[in-house]
Amino acid sequence: MSELVTPSQTVGPYFSMRLPWPEGPYVVPEDAPGAVTIFGRLYDGAGDPVPDGLIETWQADPAGRFAHPDDPRGPVPDGDQAFRGFGRCPTGHDGSWKIVTRKPGPLPSGDGRTQAPHLDVSVFARGALDRSVTRLYFPDETTANTSDPVLQTVPAGRRHTLIAVPAGPGLLRFDICLQGDHETVFFDL
Amino acid sequence: MSVSEQGLLVPDSGEFDLPVYAKPEPGNHPPLDFPGYRSTALRHPRQPLVVLPQRLTEVTGPLLGDGLITMGDADLTTQHAGEPQGQRIIVFGQVRDSGGRPVPDTLLEIWQTNAAGRYRHTREHHPAPLDPNFTGTGRAITDAGGRYRFITIQPGSYPWGNHRNAWRPAHIHFSLFGRAFTQRLVTQMYFPGDPLLAFDPIYNSVPDERARGRMVAEFSLDDTQPEWALAYRFDIVLRGPAATIFEEPHE
Repeated sequence: MSELVTPSQTVGPYFSMRLPWPEGPYVVPEDAPGAVTIFGRLYDGAGDPVPDGLIETWQADPAGRFAHPDDPRGPVPDGDQAFRGFGRCPTGHDGSWKIVTRKPGPLPSGDGRTQAPHLDVSVFARGALDRSVTRLYFPDETTANTSDPVLQTVPAGRRHTLIAVPAGPGLLRFDICLQGDHETVFFDL
Repeated sequence: MSVSEQGLLVPDSGEFDLPVYAKPEPGNHPPLDFPGYRSTALRHPRQPLVVLPQRLTEVTGPLLGDGLITMGDADLTTQHAGEPQGQRIIVFGQVRDSGGRPVPDTLLEIWQTNAAGRYRHTREHHPAPLDPNFTGTGRAITDAGGRYRFITIQPGSYPWGNHRNAWRPAHIHFSLFGRAFTQRLVTQMYFPGDPLLAFDPIYNSVPDERARGRMVAEFSLDDTQPEWALAYRFDIVLRGPAATIFEEPHE
């Protein structure tokens, strides 16, 4: 018999009193080898920037592994322990956010297939009673993206909303639209 | 184990079992589109959600805590030179999953108004006094039994402009990670007997009345400290394992 869970409620307008921390956007330092800066804006259904949102990212390490007891492949090798693939960034007055990280490796789906490198993304905001969950994929992984078991289930005409856009060396742009003509694909987790 | 084409260490079959987190029942969480809370109008997806299977990224999550917590983070009444104004309270409870298992070593982050109903935030314009001795934010980590404990001040109510004469019931914001991306939760804790609960669209956005009740703390005279502070128990239930037909029988 399972219990009801505690319901979600909005983060409200004042979460920045507590939730952001200075190193939050830096999964790795900006000058780390292989560092990539993912940046973008968060928009509402009117196309206006959302200035009171919070973006969180979670991802595998560059070898496609997690330093977590439920990764059945066992502990990550020594030396990779420092990588903790969690990023958190509040949006600015113009809806902007950024996460500095390293690209994750591809990872097994558990059913014999392989998932393309990806980040899981949570979007919180005033006016959002629950988080919205999306995924970010990488534009230089065309082949892996084509066979990714999750992307394959997304309507073809909307897949592009999940793929970051190259924006210069070490830079990727990923805008998130909560609603509207360019609405990002969100997931039921 | 073998090494795949991508250089990954994978079980030989490439197939493995992962924990499965149960989907909350319908009505347990609020809808993203809730007209009573006006700001949801432009901030909810209109396209159908795509089902995301729970794979490695979803069943793992950041195990935060080390280095984030310092002494005093869980006592919001001792973060300044003097004592804050207001009613001192103890807020404590257990974090567990829907299967009843305690969730140990998990980070809780809280934020709230001061006793006068004022947040310490630059966008806050409610004409109630700031308290120089109260910031209104805290952190704690659950112990091995999933338990946590904060000492703080009873927060106040404040107007929020959603509709005529709109006042939020007193509440404390809680943010939790659990052990997996699927368990991430941001919620609010309310106080028993608050007359504003009946009128609050955010609280009432949760369709299931029993689930709404999960957000209301329970006054505990047993844990109230004589001559010092009232106590409220607030247990938090995160998503837990889905029931499987292969479950071992319990004695």
